[in-house]
Amino acid sequence: MSATPDGLLLIDRTGERIIQLLASVGSFAIFAGRALISPVLPPYEGGEILRHLFHFGLRSAPLIATSGVAIGVVLSMHTRASLERFGAEAMIPAGLAIALIRETGPLIAGLLVAGRVGAGIGAELGAMRVTEQIDALEANAVDAFHFLVTTRVIACVLAMPLLTVLMDFAGVLGGYLAEHVASGMSWQLYLERSFTFISYADLLPATLKTTVFGFLIAVTASYLGFAASGGTEGVGDASTRSVVLGSIFIILSDVILVRVIFFFYPQVVG
Amino acid sequence: MAESVAIVFDRVSKAFDGRTVLNAVSLDVRTGTAFCLLGRSGTGKSVTLRHIVGLEMPDSGRVLVDGEDVAVLSRRDLSRVRKRMGFLFQNAALFDSLSVRENVAFPLRRHTDLGEQAIMSRVREKLAAVGLERDIDKMPSELSGGMRKRVGLARAMVLNPSILLVDEPSAGLDPITTREIDELLVAQKESGTTLVVVTHNIPSARLVADNIAMLHEGRIVERGTVDEMAASDNPLVRAFMQSEGGG
Repeated sequence: MSATPDGLLLIDRTGERIIQLLASVGSFAIFAGRALISPVLPPYEGGEILRHLFHFGLRSAPLIATSGVAIGVVLSMHTRASLERFGAEAMIPAGLAIALIRETGPLIAGLLVAGRVGAGIGAELGAMRVTEQIDALEANAVDAFHFLVTTRVIACVLAMPLLTVLMDFAGVLGGYLAEHVASGMSWQLYLERSFTFISYADLLPATLKTTVFGFLIAVTASYLGFAASGGTEGVGDASTRSVVLGSIFIILSDVILVRVIFFFYPQVVG
Repeated sequence: MAESVAIVFDRVSKAFDGRTVLNAVSLDVRTGTAFCLLGRSGTGKSVTLRHIVGLEMPDSGRVLVDGEDVAVLSRRDLSRVRKRMGFLFQNAALFDSLSVRENVAFPLRRHTDLGEQAIMSRVREKLAAVGLERDIDKMPSELSGGMRKRVGLARAMVLNPSILLVDEPSAGLDPITTREIDELLVAQKESGTTLVVVTHNIPSARLVADNIAMLHEGRIVERGTVDEMAASDNPLVRAFMQSEGGG
């Protein structure tokens, strides 16, 4: 039985889409590979890295801190509702701290940074692409990838663990505020109970895994910004896709990273 | 002694998405002369300029700058060649996060060991040459299109390049400023800079150019001196040369 012309057209278009998708994946992989290697190569753009670190880190701090406090309050209320049934209210600070430090803090911080910083990088580099500013850098004998992408990747990788620690701290503070209102628990007792079951194996891998989140956020947004075309619509598209893809990559990579942490730190399980 | 050639296009072809933009284009620009590229919009003039600075690579053929094939240069060598060139983009392409001062200073900070005082002195000199010294602290968003263009020209000239590539220098400028920019380009040429200018402005081309070529549908359809172009039998060239008071 021969295929109809419509059927052939469908196969043709599907094949074309698959080839385009594979080409995009390949091109992204090359871009990410270059971003992985380039930080060790000169020139070292210290000034640019510090500038981005200020923008990504310090300027994200209010968002992270506010969200952290809110999440701490909400988690505390949920934890209290669950543990009260078993008469285990004394475990509320520890339960909340473990949940925050091991997973909630890093993941939420990653998603918030993907929203704020990823959108910004995608839009900024997209605008630079469509207004030929990236070409102008190259024409001025400046390696645009190194100057624009590498510096942002380094800054984002450095900023993420710092913001995660801030998120963890703000979350614990929020948990304390909720607990203080509910039971009048003191700050000192809350802290003591929070960190009873927390070890470096809980804190370090969970915090350091956010460097991977930082890398994925910056590389994805930079790639989409560099590939932007078509004027303001293209810039908007790059910005939106930076947030969407960055968030998806964070969540997917988290699954893998948690497995890796469990492998190297079996004591963290349970 | 034979005259040296700064730029050579040797049967250069380039297509985008299957559409041929340059079709076996061959041309050469002698060192220290001004070459104007004319043609209707969308005929590949800007693409031609972008090939010279290595922002586009030919699908076939060669682009030689001072005898070096741009397409086969390593990143380091391409960077070395680019430092000898200044490029004014069609829309100026100013870095919009930097002030006028920092835009013009950018190449100096990247590629020279000059101190801050010397950098500022050079920046002021180039901005004065384009009539914008008083706007040194403005941001690109505060400038008109013509002013952005002039800042772009100051940035392109700030390293005193041996080759200056200029895309539509008079677009968006009033006649008086256009004349001033043309005279600035002539002064650049007289100081030994090789100029490649893409323009629609025939009076400007007449003033600046030693040689003119006309690009049409991806091919060079005519080339010669200003007088030779004006006397061309090609109706397209004649129509172009007689436009905008160019006749």
